[in-house]
Amino acid sequence: MRSAFNEELLKIAKADDRIYMVLADIGYGEIEPFAEAFPDRFYNCGVAEQNMTGVACGLAMEGKIAVTYSIANFPTLRCLEQIRNDVCYHDQNVKIVIIGGGLAYGSLGVSHHSTEDIAIMRSLPDCVVVCPADIPEARAATYAMIEHEGAFYYRCGYKQEPDLHQGKIDFELGKAIEVCDGSDVTLIGTGTVTYRAWQAAELLAGEGIKARVISMHTVKPIDREAIVAAARETGAIVTVEEHNICGGLGGAVAEVIAESGMGIGFKMIALPDEYVHIVGTHEWLLDYYGFSPEGIAGSVVELLA
Amino acid sequence: MVSEKLEMYQELATKIRAHCLRMTHRGMSGHLGSMLSMADMLAVLYTSILKVDPENPEWDERDRFVLSKGHGGAAVYAVLAEKGFFPMEWLNTYYLDDGKLSGHISHHVPGVEFSTGSLGHGLPVAVGMALAARNDGKQHRIFCLMSDGDCNEGSTWEALMFAAHHELDSLIVIVDYNRVQALGKMADVIEMEPFVPKLELFGWSVRSIDGHDCEQLEATLSEVPFEKGRPSWVLASTTKCKGVSWLEDTVGSHYGCVNDEELAAALAELGVSK
Ligand SMILES: Cc1ncc(C[n+]2csc(CCOP(=O)(O)OP(=O)(O)O)c2C)c(N)n1
Repeated sequence: MRSAFNEELLKIAKADDRIYMVLADIGYGEIEPFAEAFPDRFYNCGVAEQNMTGVACGLAMEGKIAVTYSIANFPTLRCLEQIRNDVCYHDQNVKIVIIGGGLAYGSLGVSHHSTEDIAIMRSLPDCVVVCPADIPEARAATYAMIEHEGAFYYRCGYKQEPDLHQGKIDFELGKAIEVCDGSDVTLIGTGTVTYRAWQAAELLAGEGIKARVISMHTVKPIDREAIVAAARETGAIVTVEEHNICGGLGGAVAEVIAESGMGIGFKMIALPDEYVHIVGTHEWLLDYYGFSPEGIAGSVVELLA
Repeated sequence: MVSEKLEMYQELATKIRAHCLRMTHRGMSGHLGSMLSMADMLAVLYTSILKVDPENPEWDERDRFVLSKGHGGAAVYAVLAEKGFFPMEWLNTYYLDDGKLSGHISHHVPGVEFSTGSLGHGLPVAVGMALAARNDGKQHRIFCLMSDGDCNEGSTWEALMFAAHHELDSLIVIVDYNRVQALGKMADVIEMEPFVPKLELFGWSVRSIDGHDCEQLEATLSEVPFEKGRPSWVLASTTKCKGVSWLEDTVGSHYGCVNDEELAAALAELGVSK
């Protein structure tokens, strides 16, 4: 997914000379085409994320679109105050891109797990939060990110993730995409783990449970309509996210359901409120924490029982 | 320098100090020492150095001025009001309910480029502005006014290394070098000395001056960039709370405001009637 992002960004930057890449010594093997094509619009700040974000903000204040880019929590938590005070408060056109959302960097350990980012970034006024589910979404989201004026958080996958959607997608910020329809329950996912939610829906179909699957690529602003419709039409919602159970997609969806006044079955499949110190690859950790298709399907069955 | 001009600076600096005394007195707010310490440099900057237009604060060719020590924002509000960026009456609402002016500097006020309040934010943003100006072939300069405390922040050092590496010579830092921080004297907190060689080794062109000497301020700030291809750093030695004799060079002046009696005494010292 990260290659798809970089390819699209390069294409857009060819047509739009406002685009700058400002990064912090990360991107080997990915960002070279941009750096070579636009040496005057490419800055490696060194391992200095606070300055990276401040410089991006200063560039944006002069009319540029500045993309900050690094892995895991480095361009978010390390410089969160710069994002809040400088970028968001001044309503600046800075795009914060992380590579490797969630547990993507599995065995590298806790420093490289981005598992509280959605909650933190969505609590910042005026910050859009997007987690593409697959490569086509990632490509479309890159365009949407540049078209949107203002602060934008883009949580990018790290490898060759499988396609979630069949055929062309209609990607619109703040508008969820239905992967498949169903009437018994709705699985709402965000990011690349949504694929596993869809796999779970396939398993559930075998057991006679018709599950709707929705890709909630934009966590903020959240698609309230899609959530309310799912609650009304399917009567139960399960959220699936590669994120701490506190305040992420599940929290955002719960806020909408609670305010809607509809008492429905609801479950959040997320990481427990603890640091993932056990060691394992991305896929293994996901299975371990209940995100295997069987695990997700089992949670759904439990909710509906 | 013709004495008329010097008098003009001193008069404006005195007005800034008087405004700050009244504003913090009215609002019962802190940071008086931080404000008075930079009154002279603000008077010179806004009279002779910064190309800005009160009628058109967003004029594209303006020099950018970023106050990184946002806690001293009232002094900038005072000079902006004196220069006609907004009505003088706004100063009377500083720090008060439904007021026009917040304790830390805000870009919602005409003439203010950037909001700060958390130290260490100003320089990175100023660097980004300087980078954009250079790449766009623009002629304006970017001034960033900082404090000793600002120089403790890692982000400041990240930015100053970047600025030197990229030879951003339209960037000028002025440090209000009063050597007093929030919990003690700089020498007891984090000693920056020897500061000049440190900065020179980091690739900046540095001048050390008396930050209350308007003549020196004008002469120095008129000569930027000091060297082609290097950002300029003006280390302007000052006295915290300059002008209120009993508070000068005290850590306490960072917090307190003056009471009614002290206000009268302070204004009298400044030669201003109440
Ligand atoms: C990141 C951050 N930490 C702490 C503070 C609280 N604070 C306000 S001013 C200050 C230090 C004051 O000394 P200095 O920076 O030298 O400024 P002066 O007022 O002396 O010009 C501190 C610690 C802050 N504003 N920002």
